[in-house]
Amino acid sequence: MTVSSTQSLTERHPLADAFPGDGVETIGNDADGHTVLAVDRSHLLEILRQLRDDDRFRCDFLSDICGVDYPDRQQRFDVVYHLANLDSGERYRVKVAVDEDDAVLPSAYGVWKAADWFEREVWDMFGVRFEGHPNLKRILTHEAFHGHPLRKDYDPGQRWLLTEKDIMTPEWAREEQLDDQHMESQVLNLGPSHPATHGTLRTVLRLEGENIVKAESEIGYLHRCFEKMSETHGWQQVIPYTDRLNYCSSMINGVGYALAVENMLGIEAPPRAQVVRVILSELSRIMDHAVCLGANLVDLGALTNFWYFFQIREEIYGLLESCAGGRLTVSYARIGGLAHDVPADFEEQVRRLLDYIPPFVADVDKLITRNRIFRDRTEGIGVLSPEEAVAWGWTGPCLRACGVPYDVRKAHPYMGYEQYEFDVPVATTGDTYARYLVRMEEIRQSLRIIRQAIDNLPGGPVITDDHHVALPPKEKVYTEMESLIWHFKLIFEGIKVPPGDAYHFTEGANGELGYYIVSDGSGTPYRIKVRPPCFALYQAYPHILEGLLVPDAIAILGSLNIIAGELDR
Amino acid sequence: MAFLVAHFTQIVFYVLALLAVLGGIGVVTFKNPVHSALSLLGTFLMVAGLFVLRHAEFLAAVQVLVYAGGIMVLFLFVIMLVNVKKLQPEAVFLSAQAPMAVLAGVLVGALVAFGLLAGKLAAAGGVPAALQTVDGKVLGNTEAVGWLLYRQYLVPFEVVSVVLLVAMVGAIVFGLKSASLDRGEGRAER
Amino acid sequence: MWAEILVIVIKVVVVSSVLLTLVPIMVWVERRGAAMIQDRLGPNRVGPFGLLQPIVDAVKLITKEDLTPSGVKGVDRLLYLLAPSIALVVAISVFIAVPFGFDPGLKLFGHAIDGFIVAPNLNLGILYIFAIASLGVYSVVLAGWASNNKYSLMGGIRASAQMVSYELAMTISVVGVLMVSGSFGLQDVVLHQSGTWFGFIPRWNVFPQIIGAITFIVAAFAETNRLPFDLVEAEAELVVGYHTEYSSMRFAAFFMSEYVNMVTASSLIVILFFGGWTLPGFATPAGWLGALVSIGIFAVKVAFFLWFFVWVRWTLPRFRFDQLMALGWKTMIPLAVLNFLLVGAGMALRNL
Repeated sequence: MTVSSTQSLTERHPLADAFPGDGVETIGNDADGHTVLAVDRSHLLEILRQLRDDDRFRCDFLSDICGVDYPDRQQRFDVVYHLANLDSGERYRVKVAVDEDDAVLPSAYGVWKAADWFEREVWDMFGVRFEGHPNLKRILTHEAFHGHPLRKDYDPGQRWLLTEKDIMTPEWAREEQLDDQHMESQVLNLGPSHPATHGTLRTVLRLEGENIVKAESEIGYLHRCFEKMSETHGWQQVIPYTDRLNYCSSMINGVGYALAVENMLGIEAPPRAQVVRVILSELSRIMDHAVCLGANLVDLGALTNFWYFFQIREEIYGLLESCAGGRLTVSYARIGGLAHDVPADFEEQVRRLLDYIPPFVADVDKLITRNRIFRDRTEGIGVLSPEEAVAWGWTGPCLRACGVPYDVRKAHPYMGYEQYEFDVPVATTGDTYARYLVRMEEIRQSLRIIRQAIDNLPGGPVITDDHHVALPPKEKVYTEMESLIWHFKLIFEGIKVPPGDAYHFTEGANGELGYYIVSDGSGTPYRIKVRPPCFALYQAYPHILEGLLVPDAIAILGSLNIIAGELDR
Repeated sequence: MAFLVAHFTQIVFYVLALLAVLGGIGVVTFKNPVHSALSLLGTFLMVAGLFVLRHAEFLAAVQVLVYAGGIMVLFLFVIMLVNVKKLQPEAVFLSAQAPMAVLAGVLVGALVAFGLLAGKLAAAGGVPAALQTVDGKVLGNTEAVGWLLYRQYLVPFEVVSVVLLVAMVGAIVFGLKSASLDRGEGRAER
Repeated sequence: MWAEILVIVIKVVVVSSVLLTLVPIMVWVERRGAAMIQDRLGPNRVGPFGLLQPIVDAVKLITKEDLTPSGVKGVDRLLYLLAPSIALVVAISVFIAVPFGFDPGLKLFGHAIDGFIVAPNLNLGILYIFAIASLGVYSVVLAGWASNNKYSLMGGIRASAQMVSYELAMTISVVGVLMVSGSFGLQDVVLHQSGTWFGFIPRWNVFPQIIGAITFIVAAFAETNRLPFDLVEAEAELVVGYHTEYSSMRFAAFFMSEYVNMVTASSLIVILFFGGWTLPGFATPAGWLGALVSIGIFAVKVAFFLWFFVWVRWTLPRFRFDQLMALGWKTMIPLAVLNFLLVGAGMALRNL
């Protein structure tokens, strides 16, 4: 079994001239218009540099690095770099093949800082080494783990026990260090179980008093290798797993995944499904921002605001429950539309929410936005310049707080976002306060989108009538031969997604949520790689901390909105 | 019982004095600096009790407020902040300071012995006359201290406060200099 | 002599039991008040309006296992066990110098009750309160030190710096009040505030000494470790700081001392700046009736400030440690000194 690794390559591509050497093996465009380059390993670094610096490309943004395993191929692994020019919106995909015996690539950390953790993940999952990487350690699995789980020949039944002596401790945290005044700087473990991590994250700090001298983060406590699980499930069956990525806004993940597969299938969900998806996604975004801001404010000691925000969340959960049955993990989206239609009073409920939410947001605004203590705690804390933020691969509200107006809903509209009138809030200071302001404004803008969407909610079906994708209605299955056959084939063989690969991305609550999907034409995905926005946000975190105080670390962590389910997958 | 009532003051005095001395011994014998600091705290509190016995309530309150509640807390702050638990000096029974310490001890002992023998200390019993009435005011020894301090001894008092101010400024200058040398100018501002 | 001892014993028993009874009531007020502010219900299952909830909490705490963290041995273990007791002992003993009602010369068992105050003859008054209260910091510092836990230790370190700093501001802000009343005794301070200016403004110290009153109230928040000054606990940063490792009644002792301290702080605010048990234009009746009425007035005023503590806690975020110290040293102390200079100048002008 072989999967073609590129599609619709042309012989002479307009950009082919940009690479005079023999490093680029093939160049072409995929169906989404992304430029796909297959590159030889020996020239990888110089081509990546050229992609970043050459005026024709200007790929300032590395969104993801992922591996794909083809055990039958001569060169077993593909490592795929997803690049973008945020100004023009052009997307590039660089593929480089490596042998199993000599699985080494030069590290791209010197080109984009974002490569840091993404390369570690490829090493962890596939065993491809990156030469020149500053800290190439396992990231999602633990130190006592053997093997590389996303290789096709890895047996998922194996269990590896982590003992206390194997626990990750950075070099600099192992021994006592005394400064020249014989003062000992102490090592503090912030997490994995700490009230402010709101999940299981661990940051090792070296402190002088309460000043942070050095920091390193460890993740993976919630790792369940959802990408491996997807490879043994049907395309539709992956949707419940996506709910568990960013569980504060599970609807957005499911919709993003459905869109990515629909994109490969070349189908579109019916208009009613699209509008309902927009409404529920935006409500989920409000919920996610509310949870983030609420938790951030609790960490700063303002508990009351947390309750106000959770009141919002509670009501939105009520609506989601009436639509999907589930509250936290809704599993409501389907490839081709939605699981079933919304309840009869959907419009009424949404309109009630539109009136219900703003007073709570206004209350928090009054309590916090101009509060002297809050501003002193957050202004100028955790500042990242726009260039740095892009280099670290930041997206979403955190990137916009740094002054980069990149929002997938505006830059690459999907699901009809181009029809809605809304603004992308941008702050300039890039500090914790800016992130608060951007999220507050995004809640208001989401309400604006929902208001427009609910005014134009079309009727009709909520799932496509393409029965290679969606099951035909039950009454037809029982009465029509053809429908019975479709039903049978879909249940037994699954959806046949055409072979090939595609990267599709949407605006998650935390930023660019990308799905890189490789299909071999069978009923199950060959490889699904999620680009979680948190991952890029959190890898910059230890670097921001240096020189700040422990309370600042808490304030910044809350404002980044790290969701362990999405971070660790 | 009658003995207890009659000698109540003396008994309390000796108990407090014994505890104060024990605290003092604890300061120099405990290995852990936090424990030493707490012994010193005990001594301060006992001395405050002795002041109460001498009807110097104001002094006792100030002793507790300033020494126990302020200075010792700062000692503990510094000890805990730099975490000197790990920095035990090597046990040296007689260091270079020992002869001087012995000399000083002998001198102080001789002074006390001379005072006792000459009967100078015995005369100081009872309520000090200066504190009973000052300028016709007997309302409480706080007021008496105030009258003495701000009338009779105003100039020495002010001179002492200026000396303390100079010492404080000096300490800050030294502290700032080493901080800015070690950690760069930016860190000192934090 | 026995009557005298009996009167003192009755005072001690009544005051300490009232103080400790106020703790569960305050816990209920805090929880229901927080719920009211936060748009939720709060505890409402045990007893009417959940009033019996604190009792259930107490039973839970008493029956829980009392843990000592591993590695706490020898003298440190003694300190670990002692710290909660220090907290409670200090909190309650401060209150013996706080007068809480008007005494029109009442007698009990033929002996004058000498005012509604446990220790009437203590001519140190407020100085005693400050001296004993300043020892309260040791409970926090020792608990933090002896817990053998880095977060606890950081809480202890923060406590020592914070309490010393705010004690200064607190003490200086009171000097103005003591100057105008000419006494350390809090009863004299209250008596000095009876009556009105121009017939309608109460002669409460808060009006001429508004700066002192504000600095005192802010410092009282810091001394009781309540938000926005609860950096010693700061659950998001230090887990819960110095009492992270404590469980069962030792934890409850810290908890109770916090509320007793709040009662003391509110009483002091009322006595020093809000006229104690006096009301302008209201002549306290004679005999036991007058005493009860005055205690009632005092209780209402104290209750307001206790509610104020709750109110502020659920409204404001928390300071960062260096900001707290900057506020203490660069704003609070200069303001307190300004207050006392203004009062001094005012008194000097009047005497000219």
